[in-house]
This record gives sequence, C-alpha cells and structure tokens, in this order.
Amino acid sequence: MPGITREEVAHLARLSRLELQAEELDHFAEQLDVIIGAVARVSEVAGQDVPPTSHPLPLTNVMRADEVRPSLTPDQALSGAPAAEEQRFRVPQILGED
Amino acid sequence: MTDLIRYTAAETAAAIATGEVSAAEVTQAHLDRIDAVDKKVNAFLHVDTEGALAAARAVDAKRAKGEELGPLAGVPLALKDVFTTKGVPTTCGSKILEGWIPPYDATLTSRLKDAGVVILGKTNMDEFAMGSSTENSAYGATGNPWDLSRIPGGSGGGSAAALAAFEAPLAIGTDTGGSIRQPGAVTGTVGVKPTYGSVSRYGLVAFSSSLDQGGPCARTVLDAALLHEAIAGYDPMDSTSINAPVPAVVEAAKLRDVRGMRIGVVKEFAGEGYQAGVMQRFNESVELLRELGAEVVEVSCPSFTLALPAYYLIAPSEASSNLARFDAMRYGLRVGDDGTRSAEDVTALTREAGFGPEVKRRIILGTYALSSGYYDAYYGSAQKVRTLISRDFDAAFAGVDVLISPTTPTTAFPIGERADDPMAMYLADLCTIPSNLAGNAAMSLPCGLAPEDNLPVGLQIIAPAMADDRLYRVGGAVEAALNDKWGHPLLEEAPAL
Repeated sequence: MPGITREEVAHLARLSRLELQAEELDHFAEQLDVIIGAVARVSEVAGQDVPPTSHPLPLTNVMRADEVRPSLTPDQALSGAPAAEEQRFRVPQILGED
Repeated sequence: MTDLIRYTAAETAAAIATGEVSAAEVTQAHLDRIDAVDKKVNAFLHVDTEGALAAARAVDAKRAKGEELGPLAGVPLALKDVFTTKGVPTTCGSKILEGWIPPYDATLTSRLKDAGVVILGKTNMDEFAMGSSTENSAYGATGNPWDLSRIPGGSGGGSAAALAAFEAPLAIGTDTGGSIRQPGAVTGTVGVKPTYGSVSRYGLVAFSSSLDQGGPCARTVLDAALLHEAIAGYDPMDSTSINAPVPAVVEAAKLRDVRGMRIGVVKEFAGEGYQAGVMQRFNESVELLRELGAEVVEVSCPSFTLALPAYYLIAPSEASSNLARFDAMRYGLRVGDDGTRSAEDVTALTREAGFGPEVKRRIILGTYALSSGYYDAYYGSAQKVRTLISRDFDAAFAGVDVLISPTTPTTAFPIGERADDPMAMYLADLCTIPSNLAGNAAMSLPCGLAPEDNLPVGLQIIAPAMADDRLYRVGGAVEAALNDKWGHPLLEEAPAL
C-alpha cells in the first residue's frame, strides 16, 4: 500500500475546504502516513467474498407522515447566523465578479 | 446534614421524594461543589446556575402540590456538550461553535427535562468527540480526579470526571468508539453504550452517524440503569431509532444474580500492550464471576484484531462528510468575510481557524479513504471487516450470554504523553470499538485499582443488540460483590480534591 505525500495532503485539504498552513501540511503528511500504514491492514480482506456493512441496522428509506408541524420561527433559525438580512442567511459572494 | 454530593442518584431521588431534602438544596450543594473544585478539574465548559436552580424549584413545587415524581426527579446531571440545549451554549469542545446558542433541545435533553432531571451544565470533551483523552478540547484539558496530571479518558472526559469529582451523580456521554466506556474505566465510574438506535441521536451533533450512541454515565450500576430508562426509547425524529420496547434494565440491575449465566472471555483482548495490573484485576473479575455461579469460557473473535484499523477508516470517512456542515454560513464562526473573499475562501479560512488538529487529521483521512482511487482498498475493506466482526459476535453469542474483557489496555496515562502521537492515542479504544462497529450494547464498570499505579481499571461487559439488560444483570452482581469485598465503593479511595 503506498504512503501519502505532502502534495496529496494539500490536495485533500483543498477538497475538504481546509486552508492548511505550510507547517501543518508537513506535520499532517508525516502523521497521516503512519496512520494510513497502520489502517491499511484492512485490505487483507479486500479479496474476500464478504458483503459490506455500512450500518448496524437494516433500515432503508425511513419515512414520516407529510404533515404540517410546529417548527423554528425565521428568527430562531437565523439566531446563530454569522450574518442575516431580510430573514435570510447573508453569505459572501458565491459567483465570480464577471 | 449528610454530604448530599456523595448520595447516589437513587438515594437523592428518594430523599427528595420523602422530603428529607429539597431538590433546590441538592442542586445548590452540587453547584457549590463545582465552584470549589472545577477550577482544578475543568469538567464543565458551561455551568447553567439559573437554569439548574429553576428546574430544581419546579420539582419542589410539583412535590408540594402532591404530584407524583419520576424516579430521577430533582437529581442533578452533567450533560456532554455535544447535545443541543435550547438557550444554553453548545460547543462540542470546538472553537467553530464558540458562543453558539441552539434554538432547540435534543430529544435526549427534552427527555431529561421531562423526567425532572436537573441539568447542571455542559461538560468538556474532545472536539466533536474525536479523541480518547479530552486533550483535543479547544477549551483546555480536563484532569482525572484520581490524579489531576492524568487524562480522564475521552471523548467524554468531562462527564466522567464530573462524576468522579462528586460534581454530579449522573452524566451523559456519547460513545462512537468507546467515548463513554473508556472515560468510565479510567475514572472508576460506570458507563454504558446502549444498543445502537435505542437512544435518539436527534440533537446529538453528528461525528460518525452509524456509530454514535448517547448513553448513561453514573457512579453505580443502578443509577446508570435509572438514567438509561429515562433516555432510551423510540423517537420518530431519528430515522435510525429502534421502535421496540426498552429492555428492563433497572430490574436487571437489582437482580444481583448471575447463576447459570454463560460468560465468554474474549481471547484476543490480552497480551502485548496490556498493562499487568489491568490484566490482574480483570482475571480476578473472571474468578469472581465463577464464584458467583456463572459459567466462564474462553471465546475467540479473530476479526477483532482488524476492528481498530476498520474504525479509523469508517469513523473519519463519516466525519469528513458530517463536518462539511460547518461552512461558516448558517451558524458558528465566520472568518475572513471582508467583502473581497468568496464564500468558498471564507469557508476554508473559517475551518482552518475553527477546527483543531485532530479534527483536521480525521477530515483529511476520511476524504482520502473515500477518494476514488482508494475507496475499495480502504473504505470498502473496512465495511467488509465490519461484517466479519458482526459474524464473530453472532458466533460468540450463540454460545454465551455476554462477553467480557478489560475496557482499556492501560490505566489513565499522563496528560501530554500521547497528545501528538495519534496511533498511540487510538490504541486506548482497542477493546471498545468492536461493539460500535456491530451496534450492540456494552458497559464498563470499576473492578479495582491497578497495583502498580493505584489507578482505576474497568471491566467491560458486552451483550447482543437489544439485550442491554444482561449488562446490568452482570454489572450489578459484580459491583455488589466487589463493594462487599472492599467494604465500600471504589471511589471512596479517590484522593480529596
């Protein structure tokens, strides 16, 4: 099993929306390499004909009745927002200027 | 007046019901205790003095009117800061949620309030419940009341320390890989991970959704059972909630009889890495169970040796997805929004500033395990291991009623010793993880002090899913026999704070 490089950690951090500092990249790359080396043992079972388990309970598509129920007011829902305006979450620009 | 903080929850509730003391007096005694010792212990992130006293007075008013009180009415409790509490800060031990005041109660919080339980405040924890020492909290480490220079376990170290420091007779934890049981073991307290799906996760801030389970922490097996019955049961707000009756755990805790039970010792949980004093106390517990009339056999669960690696792929994978919600848009911290940066950049800057190192490590590890080139080898294989572990449990439980092992390989280690060595830290959960992967029920209770360091050792009991009552039957019997032998509960031997 291959190890993990600093460049891969930087790429994963970008995918995970983490603006890591240079020293963090060095440190994490070293630690993650050790962790991945240790957990790679699970691939011992990769070739085995065993069904995967994603969840301890055999539940699928749990539905509830589609009924009007009490819920948070707009003020309550926005109470923790870093910025709000006109009963909406105010966010930084999502699309580019042009 | 007797020392109210040393009462068990059952004794406290009885004293309130008979009018020997008021709930307000009991609450005040605990608030005073927190005031006196929590600067040293740091079990609490937030103490809700006003809310606790108001809840206590409401119980006293009910009693004055002659209304019937529930079995835990007026009993104070320390709540892990991972459950939402309406109007009371909830941080999950993270800077990213500093100052957040949830607009709603978790189902578990509502059930506690409905039962008349007095919530004293919110307890310290490893950030987003990721850790085994509570050192990963953004708000400082918690000390182990047995030795403040040592870890109280994690992630629920604050809840376990609050019990051991007599700051509360009851506490709530969550257990994703051992975060209730391991703190219980190293602080000499009782902790139970109920069957997955039996305690609602609504309002429990998610770390690894297929593993997370809230549960009771207490100083006695009976107190844990009373709390278990107060919080367990079907909740339509949680799509993974089991719609079935809660096992009669209080009745089981009172039985104190293991005659005729078949108990399996997990062969794989011994050997290299296990502290001698831990194994000594564990082996004495095995002998004790034989003396009490149980039949004890050795059981092999070969796949358990792959449980730790599988867990450290599955839990970070689910965490990397769950923690995507902390995007700086709807609640919590927002950093760098100066009008020039895009939402995406603000999200990345906020997450960099708001998450600690362990959370970042796990997000990156999970993202790696789920990425297209590695998915089959890592996450896919880990899911197969999960199946093999469930099969090992099924085979074992075909022959025995419960399994037992040490809860942790070692006693509490010094604060700082493993803080920057993730793999060493992860080993603390070696024996507890299989139950999370399979979704069954497990308990840790104190079984003595390790002779070499005089620190508590935990005995783990594991039962099949929805057979939680067996934990309490065995745990209640062991606790009673050990207290007889010692002449007092183990926590009496803890040093004064």
